[in-house]
Amino acid sequence: MLKDRYDVVVVGGGPGGSSAARTLAEKGLDVLLLEKRPSIGSEKRCAEGLSIGSLKMIKEKMGKIPRKCIAQMVNGAIIYAPNGKEVLIDFGEDAGAIMERKIFDKWLAAQAAKAGAHVQAKTEVVDVIKKNDFVSGVIAKFEGEIYNIEAKVVVAADGVESTVARKAGLNTTNKLINIDSGFQYEMCNLKMRDPKKIELWFGNEVAPRGYVWIFPKGKDVANVGVGVAMTDKPAKYYLDKFIEDNPKIFSRASILEVNAGGIPVGGFLKNMVLNGLVVVGDAAHQVNPIHGGGMKEATIAGMIAGEVIAKSIKKGDVSQKSLSEYNKKWWDKRGKKLQKIQNLREVVEKLSDEDFNMLAETLTGDDLMEFSRGNRFFKLGKILMKKPNLISLARKLI
Amino acid sequence: MKWKIDREKCIKCGACVGVCPVMSLELKDEGIVNDLKKCIFCGVCEKVCPVGAIKVER
Repeated sequence: MLKDRYDVVVVGGGPGGSSAARTLAEKGLDVLLLEKRPSIGSEKRCAEGLSIGSLKMIKEKMGKIPRKCIAQMVNGAIIYAPNGKEVLIDFGEDAGAIMERKIFDKWLAAQAAKAGAHVQAKTEVVDVIKKNDFVSGVIAKFEGEIYNIEAKVVVAADGVESTVARKAGLNTTNKLINIDSGFQYEMCNLKMRDPKKIELWFGNEVAPRGYVWIFPKGKDVANVGVGVAMTDKPAKYYLDKFIEDNPKIFSRASILEVNAGGIPVGGFLKNMVLNGLVVVGDAAHQVNPIHGGGMKEATIAGMIAGEVIAKSIKKGDVSQKSLSEYNKKWWDKRGKKLQKIQNLREVVEKLSDEDFNMLAETLTGDDLMEFSRGNRFFKLGKILMKKPNLISLARKLI
Repeated sequence: MKWKIDREKCIKCGACVGVCPVMSLELKDEGIVNDLKKCIFCGVCEKVCPVGAIKVER
């Protein structure tokens, strides 16, 4: 049963919401975590990949991750330039995991519940309650009835739609330039080169301003998807074409699941709080702009949000001013880094296929890994400097 | 001006909701709902839709 008052209501049962809820519950606060879908973790809007570093971070925060949450460990990547030239990243040991989010997200929410949060699926927040310019609760639909639930603070972790923040009056609308359209099939009967490696394809024909991915979930099962931006044709067109053009991989393949979603790949917000409100995860555009991964960023942000909110409630001040410590802490810990990676994305998006081919000749797998972490931009800048038409772009990296 | 959605194509992913500058779109159980009183027919929802389910005529 739902009560009519909590210390904190967290809206959204993804990694960001569960991380915030667990942190708050651990600090002794009375927390309600709401998920509008009937089942936490589905339908996924995600390629399900996590690096080994992210797994460790999540384990520290949320507890030891059960094996059943992981579909497949991976040990590297094969990256294809537009002309087919390959860059191999081989760690020779586990470097990441493809998760099973319908199990993983449920486990994350259960970890919040174990710490004392109350979790309720199939409960949709239809509006926020505001009193004297403070967000003071939510209006939720539960078993067909409307509930007014009061809270000292509301956490908006409601995904790319970001409905809660915007209803509360915070403009988190995604700019078209900062959102990728993602489309994906989970497929079986695939012929992958190496089911322990993710595969990525770049090129303006294959995926304008984005890439095609295969993230293996087993020896012949994988998430096969595409992210594109600012195209005339929908993302689905590019994925269907890629599948048709690669019969070696897909001639016997079947489709087990169809996924789609908008990926906020930048446009970080200076302010993510109002009086009584904190925004977390995709809803606050907290995604790595170069690869589009959001699970790690949401988990970190949820943790920071939980700490700041607990402190604010304890001192009896949940004003925007007090909660804005979250802005500062997030920008210090992740924002500055991600902003730098967004600058890299803006450069990469302007490269031609010919430029990509040149880079594939020069760069190592190790370089690519470092770029995605926001490091070694100088090296990339120096290579781009060699081509007169790329000098002004290169300057953005040096 | 017209706003149309093909409900057979729509996957209810919500990408269109997040980019709508006037918050006329909402993701409900039954799918995407557009409040045509608020809609300004700008077409960003059509641009972002991963499956090409939305058509906006201006």
